[in-house]
Amino acid sequence: MARAATTTDPFNAVAEPRRRQILDVLAGGERSVNDLVARLGLMQPVVSKHLRVLREVGLVDVREAGRQRIYRVNGRSLKPIHDWVRRYEDAWNERFDRLDTVLEDLKREEVGDGSEDA
Amino acid sequence: MEARTHSGKATVTLPSDTQILISRGFDAPKHLVYRACTEPELVKRWWSGLRGEVTIAEIDLRVGGRWRYVMTANEGFEVAFHGTYREIVPDERIVSTELFEGAPGATEDDATVNTVTLTEVDGRTTLTTLVECPSREIRDAIIDSGMEGGMQEAFDRLEEVARSLA
Repeated sequence: MARAATTTDPFNAVAEPRRRQILDVLAGGERSVNDLVARLGLMQPVVSKHLRVLREVGLVDVREAGRQRIYRVNGRSLKPIHDWVRRYEDAWNERFDRLDTVLEDLKREEVGDGSEDA
Repeated sequence: MEARTHSGKATVTLPSDTQILISRGFDAPKHLVYRACTEPELVKRWWSGLRGEVTIAEIDLRVGGRWRYVMTANEGFEVAFHGTYREIVPDERIVSTELFEGAPGATEDDATVNTVTLTEVDGRTTLTTLVECPSREIRDAIIDSGMEGGMQEAFDRLEEVARSLA
């Protein structure tokens, strides 16, 4: 399947494990670059490079606070990715809801005839 | 709508380019979850979800043994999946390959390796399935298959709405 360049496609941008790590940290709240560097244990230029890509595809927003640049996740831009996976997740939920019923029957079988809560 | 017991909700994450991780809690001990995943008559009762009915479930539960499930989808067509067991730890862990037989030009090299792990805490079991795909394209196609199912359901609902307006 052909994909657009990383710099224009959020799907591609999140394919990079370190960028996903950055998004995971930012999911917990906005962070400065230094904060991200400390939490991820990566070199500052590496973090800055990934942040630039994430900004270009609109996955993160940045604001200035004094001399600091504070980054946060742009939830709206993650929505297409979330939607894409959610349909697949729905299919598993439908399966597992039926598995729940099977398990209830197996539990009853195991208890045998002494089922007080039948 | 039929009343069902929901003991949890599945979460799907993508740990890497070629992986899918599915996780769900169940209100049952792990030996029962294991049975429901390995006994053909039990698999038939849930594996198709709402998409159809499982007509064939063959399970040769030993390392090197094959499994094959055939489902008749609600729309009438058949889909089949098969694979080989690579590792079996009763009540705890099953590693097997999985291949969708309908994928155009698919060979055994396109199979995913699925690791099912069961962890029990206080009589509740968490089932996780790690799906490892040979390529990102195959990973994406698998997730897209969920999209197709979702689209079909959306179309069905749309049709209902359209009928009610007629």
